[in-house]
Amino acid sequence: MRDGWELTVGLEVHVELTTRTKMWCGCPTTFGDDPNTNVCEVCTGQPGSLPVANARAIRDATLLGLALNGTVAETCWFHRKNYFYPDLAKNYQISQYDVPLISDGHLDVEVDVAPGAGREGGADGGLETRRVRIERLHMEEDTGKSLHVGDTGRLHGADRSLIDYNRCGIPLLEIVSRPDIHDPETAQAYLRELQAIVRAVGVSDARMEEGSMRCDANVSVRRPGEELGTRTEIKNLNSVRSLGRAIAYEAERQIAVLEDGGEIVMQTRHWDESQGVTETLRVKESVTDYRYFPDPDLVAVVSRPEEVEAIRAGLPELPAATRARLTAAGVPAAQAATIVTGELVPWFDEAVAQGADAAAVANWVTGDLAGQLSAAGLSVQDSGVTGSHLAELIGLIDDGTLSTKLAKQVLEGLIEERGAKGPKEVAAERGLQQVSDEGELRAIVEQVVADNPGTVEDIRGGNTKAIGALVGQVMKATRGQADPRKTNELLRETIGA
Amino acid sequence: MAALTALTATELSERLGRGEVSAREVVDAHLDRIAATDGVVADGAVWATKPAGDLGDDEVHAFLHVTAGAARAHADDIDARRAAGEQLGALAGVPLALKDILTTRGAPTTCGSRMLEGWVPPYDATVTELLRDADVVVLGKTNMDEFAMGSSTENSAFGDTRNPWDLDRVPGGSSGGSAAAVAALQAPLSIGTDTGGSIRQPAALTGLVGVKPTYGTVSRRGLVAFASSLDQAGPFARTVEDAAQLLALIQRHDPRDSTSVPDTPPDLLAHLRDGVDGLRIGVVTELQGEGYEPGVEATFRATLERFERLGATIVEVSLPHAPYGLPAYYLIAPSECSSNLARFDGVRYGLRVDAPTAEEMNAATRAAGFGPEVKRRIMIGTHALSSGYYDAYYLQASKVRTLIARDFRAAFEQADVLVSPTSPSVAFGLGTKTADPIAMYLNDVATVPASLAGTPALSLPAGLAEAPDAPGTALPVGLQVMAPLLRDDLMFRVAWAFEQDRGFAAIPTGPRAVEGVA
Repeated sequence: MRDGWELTVGLEVHVELTTRTKMWCGCPTTFGDDPNTNVCEVCTGQPGSLPVANARAIRDATLLGLALNGTVAETCWFHRKNYFYPDLAKNYQISQYDVPLISDGHLDVEVDVAPGAGREGGADGGLETRRVRIERLHMEEDTGKSLHVGDTGRLHGADRSLIDYNRCGIPLLEIVSRPDIHDPETAQAYLRELQAIVRAVGVSDARMEEGSMRCDANVSVRRPGEELGTRTEIKNLNSVRSLGRAIAYEAERQIAVLEDGGEIVMQTRHWDESQGVTETLRVKESVTDYRYFPDPDLVAVVSRPEEVEAIRAGLPELPAATRARLTAAGVPAAQAATIVTGELVPWFDEAVAQGADAAAVANWVTGDLAGQLSAAGLSVQDSGVTGSHLAELIGLIDDGTLSTKLAKQVLEGLIEERGAKGPKEVAAERGLQQVSDEGELRAIVEQVVADNPGTVEDIRGGNTKAIGALVGQVMKATRGQADPRKTNELLRETIGA
Repeated sequence: MAALTALTATELSERLGRGEVSAREVVDAHLDRIAATDGVVADGAVWATKPAGDLGDDEVHAFLHVTAGAARAHADDIDARRAAGEQLGALAGVPLALKDILTTRGAPTTCGSRMLEGWVPPYDATVTELLRDADVVVLGKTNMDEFAMGSSTENSAFGDTRNPWDLDRVPGGSSGGSAAAVAALQAPLSIGTDTGGSIRQPAALTGLVGVKPTYGTVSRRGLVAFASSLDQAGPFARTVEDAAQLLALIQRHDPRDSTSVPDTPPDLLAHLRDGVDGLRIGVVTELQGEGYEPGVEATFRATLERFERLGATIVEVSLPHAPYGLPAYYLIAPSECSSNLARFDGVRYGLRVDAPTAEEMNAATRAAGFGPEVKRRIMIGTHALSSGYYDAYYLQASKVRTLIARDFRAAFEQADVLVSPTSPSVAFGLGTKTADPIAMYLNDVATVPASLAGTPALSLPAGLAEAPDAPGTALPVGLQVMAPLLRDDLMFRVAWAFEQDRGFAAIPTGPRAVEGVA
């Protein structure tokens, strides 16, 4: 942030719930089906149709609200938000208004305040915990999707527009933060942490690229001590990275305008990822009047305290607790964070439960495994490699069957086999085992000694470093599978050095 | 033997059960009656209505579409199953007319609007399903004020419906077509919907029994919404027992309607004949006097004397907030309608008027598709919900509604049922009130309080009174009976006792009555 300016950001995050059916009807919520195949009279707003609230969606929203430290309203209502848009089948969205299901939550996020220092497995002195308060979490329904053909690809000026109502009526949560964020990194950390929590409680896959998690940012700048500046709302933020870039750009843009003596106009701006800029989408001349009123087709949502407590009892371990558990087990903080955001916790736990060392597992998971999978374009989940496989692999290193180098080759094999074969089987089939059989190795060593009289003389003459050359010869002869420690031992014994 | 069309549903059901007549004969007799009196183009499987300009002065025009082919096929199927020994429902084979606001898969549902001309719903309303499951034969869909907004059926986009008692008068509304069909002997039963009096007022004006059940006891699924918190479907019939039989069929919990009450209302027929001896009948102070025609007042007084003779005690009760009912209703109903009718935008179904942009297409479609009364209510409702006006209008009206519901609870401490005239006037002449919306809205003054409170209410014929504008012309006057929530059974019991004693024959008479009913 430029000196003498303070940035203020509030985030509105939408999360599509992965309930089996839609919010008000029994249509499936599957992503990517042919247009207008998952529709009925309710989600296309046919005359006479009526909504019935999806009990599972209310339970999922409650669960997430509790994970975000929120208070559950004992009684809340659905309201109608009235506005005309072709992909909104009823021309009103069923949402919540004065009383949301969840209020007054918060999220503690860890922000790296000294980027670059102590990142990989080093000291964690750069991490600072910041609290972002959550004003509300409310339930609503998603809209359909419009495809505008011709002109700019937007509704205005299009030759024709096509509408897919498959998404219309999918349960949607809106999570509104307080304006407690003052730098792009905290915004990113908040979004990342929220995504991890949503996934941990299992209510959504929260995929920004598929739109099951979407984020809008309200951004303003001010001189420290002054009133909050006029804000702009930034849309089309399709990744955590975009969010950070867009906030940084918008802050600079606003500061430049103000320093030039200009004024910030309240407006909605569109983030252009390729150009790296925000552009005016529409100017909010006045606040849109949505004419909210209680939806007379629906009844109040009543959450009895004992029901809420039963839901709370079902909360799984949340990301912050998991990270704490991992670091306590000896995993460096950065790796613990990677394991949690990469949804590798069950995998990690399985490996550790098989007796593998936590730090070693973490190293493999965040290092070689991650590298090889990303090269193969696979997720851990799809690779077929299990936590037990990894534990077995680490065991083979520990008992000297595999060198680290060989273990990496075995891992490659595991990935190629998609986990159909275990590490031992892969190692055996591919001949990837250390030669530590003494008789076999002694014969090779004796041959190498016999073949290199000059070097042997050198060593006997006191140049002990030259033994390395002979080790190399043995390795060559065994295609790298000789146990280095044992080879060294046998060479010294044979030469008599 | 009386003509089949003059029989009540109960009588028809008995004859059908004894095999004296087939469902097909019953249906054909009613289709013939419709063809003779209604102004439909009786041709093919689906009979369409004549264009509004071609309607004759003697045509009732109760129907918008007559599903003759489907009705005959259903009747034949019922006869075949009865012949095979299948046990059938109480009203199996009895014909019925359905208000054109309840969806029917495969048959048009217009709501009396150009907006939905030609729309064929992809699904059946729950009421439609229940009727079919009970083997009640749907003859067709009846005319109505556009989207149920009106009290005379003159707001239909497809022409007026005439009152079978005097073809120059309105049948009331908004369910005027359903009322006229039963009064003109085109059907023994019909279904209407009541938001602020749209069943009770036309029942009063056409000499029928018309029932608005307890809100939430008849599913609204497939009832195209005007004002969701008030809309309720219910029966029209020529006798109290017929109305009870029909309501008993459709009064069911529906998990697909969130506002459907889970409670099972008491059996409507078990105590129908128990009489009124010992009951306290409350006369509502605020629902009489000024604004009610003298003939209506006199008829109402006579009903009270009859109740006393039958052993009931008449008590005077007050609904202190009832005078605010009409203004509260005319804020709440338009507010809900402004949102409910937003979906008619030309995008998915019904009328579309093409224009260069989506927004212009929406506007052009709505300008062409909605009639003046619908537009007026959308504008009133949009205003009442606007930021800055919401508290003064919608919220204030909602508070009045709460107070009225409280008034009813207090009144039912003092009386078992409440009574009042249903409508302040007898049927008025076509075109006499169309220029003055307020005069039209005043038709609902006695019916909206029960609507706002959600309590059950029915209208039954109290007698005949002279039309103030036509000395010598006697027209039906309705008696409204209101009961506590879920005590629909009690009002039927009171209505039955009165009906038996009064002996009213719901058959139109008079110089301009529909032909061939006497």
